[in-house]
Amino acid sequence: MLRMIGLRLALGVMTLFGASVLIFAGTEILPGDLASALLQNNATPENLATMREQLGLDRPAVVRYAAWFGGALQGDLGRSLASERPVAGELAPRLRNTLFLAVYAAAIAVPLAIALGLMAAVWQGSVFDRGVNMVTLMTISIPEYLVGYLLMKYISVELGWLPTLANVTDDTALGERFYLTLLPMLTLVLVVIAHMMRMTRASVLAIMASPYIEMAFLKGIPKWIVVVRHAFPNALAPVISVVALNLAYLIVGVVVVEAVFVYPGLGQLMVDAVSKHDVPVVQACGLLFSSAFILLNMLADIAAILANPRLRHPR
Amino acid sequence: MNTNDIVLEVDRLRVQARNDRGAGPVLVDDVSFTLRQGEVIGLIGESGAGKTTIGLACLGYTRNGCAIEGGRIVFRGQDILTLSPAGRRALRGPGVAYIAQSAAASFNPAMTLFEQVCEIPVRHGLMTADAAREVAIGLFRELDLPDPETFGRRYPHQVSGGQLQRAMAAMAMAAKPDILVFDEPTTALDVTTQVEVLAAFRKLIKEHRTAAIYITHDLAVVAQIADDIMVLRHGKMVEHGTAEQILQAPRAEYTRRLVAERVQGHAFVERVAEEVPLLSIRGVTASYATLLRVIDGVSLEVRRGDTVAVVGESGSGKSTLARVITGLLPRESGEVLFKGEMLPPALARRSREQKRRVQMIYQMPDVALNPHQTLLDIIGRPVGFYFGRSRAEIRERVLELLRMMDLPESFIDRTPGELSGGQKQRVGIARALAAEPDLIICDEVTSALDQLVGEEILRLLKRLQEELGIAYLFITHDLGVVKRIANKVAVMLRGKMVAGGETAEVFAPPFHPYTELLLSSVPEMRSDWLDEVLARRAGL
Repeated sequence: MLRMIGLRLALGVMTLFGASVLIFAGTEILPGDLASALLQNNATPENLATMREQLGLDRPAVVRYAAWFGGALQGDLGRSLASERPVAGELAPRLRNTLFLAVYAAAIAVPLAIALGLMAAVWQGSVFDRGVNMVTLMTISIPEYLVGYLLMKYISVELGWLPTLANVTDDTALGERFYLTLLPMLTLVLVVIAHMMRMTRASVLAIMASPYIEMAFLKGIPKWIVVVRHAFPNALAPVISVVALNLAYLIVGVVVVEAVFVYPGLGQLMVDAVSKHDVPVVQACGLLFSSAFILLNMLADIAAILANPRLRHPR
Repeated sequence: MNTNDIVLEVDRLRVQARNDRGAGPVLVDDVSFTLRQGEVIGLIGESGAGKTTIGLACLGYTRNGCAIEGGRIVFRGQDILTLSPAGRRALRGPGVAYIAQSAAASFNPAMTLFEQVCEIPVRHGLMTADAAREVAIGLFRELDLPDPETFGRRYPHQVSGGQLQRAMAAMAMAAKPDILVFDEPTTALDVTTQVEVLAAFRKLIKEHRTAAIYITHDLAVVAQIADDIMVLRHGKMVEHGTAEQILQAPRAEYTRRLVAERVQGHAFVERVAEEVPLLSIRGVTASYATLLRVIDGVSLEVRRGDTVAVVGESGSGKSTLARVITGLLPRESGEVLFKGEMLPPALARRSREQKRRVQMIYQMPDVALNPHQTLLDIIGRPVGFYFGRSRAEIRERVLELLRMMDLPESFIDRTPGELSGGQKQRVGIARALAAEPDLIICDEVTSALDQLVGEEILRLLKRLQEELGIAYLFITHDLGVVKRIANKVAVMLRGKMVAGGETAEVFAPPFHPYTELLLSSVPEMRSDWLDEVLARRAGL
């Protein structure tokens, strides 16, 4: 089992390496380079050549990639073109905000989705089951910005219960933060809950057809205990991977929701950087997003390995 | 015995399947019996006889799509069919407990044995977790399981099949039920393991004076354990009597056929003394990617008209040998010669002609036939592939093969789903014959079929051999089959051949010790067989 986990870790590192190459290559083929972006109207051929030399852009791409990735590994992500400050410093508060919102939403969505999925499985075919299925299907079908605006219109504007914007700053107190981000959090919960809930329900129901589940019923065990104790542990592997995918989405895919609520997260930073041709920031954001994605998927795979009793307790 | 001893009374039980239009076929019809404390009734019959349905009904349980439509099931004076769902649940486990056919499938892979064995008394609030654990350890000891103190800490995949089957008996006994329902509990086990498990079950029932319903398709097995036997067919009772009476003096014709000594006799094809054997295997070894040597130095010879049986327990390498001969699993070393010509190890390297001469019939006709193809496609494919015939010729040949299989010609446009198990196996045989092979490898071809259906398949194979002179390599764990149809036999144990030669010689003293163990483990149709075997083994 340790070998499998080791293998998975090695694979994760390799994927991260591959992703970094793609990100670097992606920004490399963008029209115009750093020098022309910096010089803008002053970009005479001579100026450009000097600038390129200064920035080291005349070196071969491979050498520049090695310098960039090597620096990134040590926490040096270069300097932002717009603010001319270190990218790492720009990123840190934004990353904190994004992670805060992601953890906030996950802490509500994951337990809720699994509980709803289990309940739908216990009462399969009931009004509750059909109701939950329909509602979650609806929330996943509506685009997230629309969900955000709808919540904003009804809860904030008409009822006036919550603020429309989640404009937190570095000195916002923790309690205030929870309050301000309640609406974006709710939007995210509605978006991610359906997938996890449906996977929990489906994989538990698939297990419910097994002979050992019939055996549990023949032992006179109540249905909800059969579902929670007998079926759910065997249904974990697919649930874990879907949870990981959705957690990754909460970090990587929230750009739109951040924009709707004007929330100063990583996604917003990246959108701004793209429009300003701020290549080092774009690269750093890309690297962070792909790291989060790879890390979560790797953790999910390792958790699935650990959840398998055959691997955990070899003969 | 007085009437107070009665623990269960099944009275005119009727179970019906339900489909979209309402009532479906009747699965159990008008079945009645009573069970007293310490008494064992055997329910016997082929698949579809309704045995399991009756067993489950005694727990107040029906599978999805079935319902108990009539009759009463009275457990200790209470009709369980009138109980609420909670009342039925309270009955399951502490009142009536169930032991299923496949322990491997019936234990939850994610829970330890202790958790599962203690579940009935703990969940029903009869014992504390610690007390239940003590009871479990006591039962493990009673059932001769290794290290009873710590046995329960293991997960199901960490113990052997025979141990798991006994652990399931411990699980059923944990809350001292009044009735145990055994549903084919030894069918999935090897014969040598079956003896131990059967002995353990019998001891358990005797010592606890538990009443039991023992469901099986094997009369010889039920004869060792049951006081009464009920013979069932198509959901109806055929005959009910004491075990002695059913075995010695069966009244119904159907029971007589079940009890009757199975088809005897042997008519070999006149064998021309050929110099070159059809198939000759020398020192073959093979393994899977797991680095486990599955077969190790096996040598074997098959001549025209031979039926060579390969016997052994599960995991002995029988089926792997078949895969090596057909080339599905390339051998590592050794030689496989066909009519003196070396066959390449891998299937992909063999010529069409080499492939044609060796065909295979499988254990599970359900899985071996494509459910979306008609019999014309299935049987016609080898005709077209090997002989390149036209469509009309293929159809003609398929019709001819169907006639040979005693199947109606109208089946040609049907799909396997519309056929019974025995008919599907005939299609499998027809497909193999369509290639006009010299050798057919039969991999456990009767073990998924009911006894009488299996007999018919064996008779058909025999007839085809007489007519066409085909040789068979017959892989089986059923020594009864071997004695009746094979003129040569090879006994395999853990990938090695431990005995081989003419059947009459291998199965006569002096035996190889393992051959003797195998032979003595085959249940015989007399009620004192198990006692004799156990006494003999204790004496050794």
